[in-house]
Amino acid sequence: MIPTKTKFDLKLGMATREAFGKALVEAGRRNKDVVVCDADLSKSTYTSLFHHEFPDRFFSCGIAEANMVAIAAGFAYAGKIPVAASFSCFVVNKGFEQLRVTVAYPKLNVKIVGTHSGISIGEDGPSQMSVEETALACSLPGFVVLSPADEVSTTALVHAAIDHVGPVFIRTGRMKAPVIYPAEQKFEIGKAVELIDGSDVTVIATGLLVAEAIRAQEALEAEGISVRVIDFHTVKPLDRETITRAAAETGAIVVAEEHLIDGGLGVRVAQAVAETHPCVMEFVGLHDTYAESGSPEQLLDKYGLISRDVIAAVHRALARKK
Amino acid sequence: MPGPISHSKIEPDSFTPFRRCSSSASCKIEVPMMQKKTVPEMQVIAKRMRREIIEMIGAAKSGHPGGSLSAVELVVTLYFNEMRHDPANPKWADRDRFILSKGHAAPVLYAAMAESGYTPLDQLNTLRKLGSIYQGHPDVRFIPSLEASTGSLGEGVSLALGMALAARLNASPSRTYVMLGDGEIQEGQVWESAMFGAFHKVDNVVAIVDYNGIQLDGFVKDIMEVKPLADKWRAFGWHAIEINGHDIPAIQAAFQEAAGTKGVPTAIIAHTIKGKGVSFMENNPKFHGTAPTPDEVKLALQELQ
Ligand SMILES: Cc1ncc(C[n+]2csc(CCOP(=O)(O)OP(=O)(O)O)c2C)c(N)n1
Ligand SMILES: [Mg+2]
Repeated sequence: MIPTKTKFDLKLGMATREAFGKALVEAGRRNKDVVVCDADLSKSTYTSLFHHEFPDRFFSCGIAEANMVAIAAGFAYAGKIPVAASFSCFVVNKGFEQLRVTVAYPKLNVKIVGTHSGISIGEDGPSQMSVEETALACSLPGFVVLSPADEVSTTALVHAAIDHVGPVFIRTGRMKAPVIYPAEQKFEIGKAVELIDGSDVTVIATGLLVAEAIRAQEALEAEGISVRVIDFHTVKPLDRETITRAAAETGAIVVAEEHLIDGGLGVRVAQAVAETHPCVMEFVGLHDTYAESGSPEQLLDKYGLISRDVIAAVHRALARKK
Repeated sequence: MPGPISHSKIEPDSFTPFRRCSSSASCKIEVPMMQKKTVPEMQVIAKRMRREIIEMIGAAKSGHPGGSLSAVELVVTLYFNEMRHDPANPKWADRDRFILSKGHAAPVLYAAMAESGYTPLDQLNTLRKLGSIYQGHPDVRFIPSLEASTGSLGEGVSLALGMALAARLNASPSRTYVMLGDGEIQEGQVWESAMFGAFHKVDNVVAIVDYNGIQLDGFVKDIMEVKPLADKWRAFGWHAIEINGHDIPAIQAAFQEAAGTKGVPTAIIAHTIKGKGVSFMENNPKFHGTAPTPDEVKLALQELQ
């Protein structure tokens, strides 16, 4: 656990997609079995860095994500550790049947990395915005689903994903992300990180919303509300122990994510809460809608994904908790 | 530059892309169509559209200039000469339809629709801004006169075939045109739809491949070669025509040949130059998805005088 009184300065760091690309090169150096597939987006996913250093282990698949996923499965059958990357929406949605039958069903050692997740890609609009892939990825039996918040956690989790034997999906974003962790922070797949201790309410957040949860906590502390903030960098398998403890000790949980509420982290947490220690819950996320074009900041504001919305959800939760 | 415009957002559910004529008689009503433009007139419009494309992407500070500029003559010829359509009556059931399957080239479509009178010209520079009808990729929720929302590559031919078969069932003369990128045709769905189109003899569909040799990460030959392109379509049972996609009379002739081709769909392989019309964008992969800087906008507009 990070000491409670750590001040988070939330300085902007690398985008999680860039941290992924850099970590992938390092993974390639450590393990010669790592091979990379990309679907005409290597400049955007930063797999171009791997391509540059290991041209023989990089495979250009063209704009053909479904095929790419099955090619990666072939590599895995042959003992390689394939990493297939594209925008989250294209690799998961176009490749879903291949992910289901060709990767998940035989539980192959395939790593899928989606970049440009959520609505914070901005101007390109909904056709490129991935808001449902976490639900889809979590629905695949045996898949590990990771959703890191900053460059430090992304780097560590990319290495953890390579070391893990089995299918993994990693969700990364386009925008530069605030740095949350010290460089030496350790991460474990399936073990959430309690960033700030608190006793009135817990905010469970993932991805970009972790920084918003920290901002919300700072504002709420000034109101005299004690907020526990937890980073769920692993959406599956879910850290039920941490959830149960939060439910028991704070009696109210808000879940915040840059994803559709349907099928997202929030409903997964709610299931765990219902099964272990029922308590009041509120949700911050996209409410059954697609977004539109605009700047990332405008969209996060308009669609209710900033600290203001976390604060409002906390107030709702506390009002119901009485 | 105009600020973000207000609009009433149309929910997808309330949008009926196909309003069938209530009586067969109303289908026969003569609808005043766009007047056909001459080749010199279309060349003037093409140049103006290139300027609009540069200006709107420059104002948005993001977007895809290369594949918009390569498609200008093809889109101009469709909207101002080939297609039977009526901007005053965008939901006319028997209209010809155009689907921009390579949705990232939205600026060329927006310029053509605005020039035709479907949408406001003076708002083009709101492209990609919050509240603009000119979304990053074509979005029927914002422009109901669009034929389809696109942006995920590889799906347009399937859409076109569905529309065209509906026209056939309705005994409508409507023809459907769909434009694809040469990188886009790497998607498997394109070839699934190609098989379908030939098998079902959908001869009221024309697929146009904007063969500009460049995709996102670089040259098509380095990412995933698609040669021999015309032969591929022929092998899938389509009538294939290869033309210079910047030569308006050649484009007209190809559309005419397509209209005269019965029993099989037609694919027009249009050899083009990505970034056409702006020297520093031509054949330059950088301008697939990079907006020109204000200085580059100035330079480009000078070249497009
Ligand atoms: C399914 C899907 N995968 C990836 C992308 C991202 N993308 C946008 S444009 C593009 C390259 C398109 O190249 P091409 O089809 O040749 O278009 P053009 O040269 O006409 O711009 C890619 C990969 C996408 N929009 N859809
Ligand atoms: Mg191309």
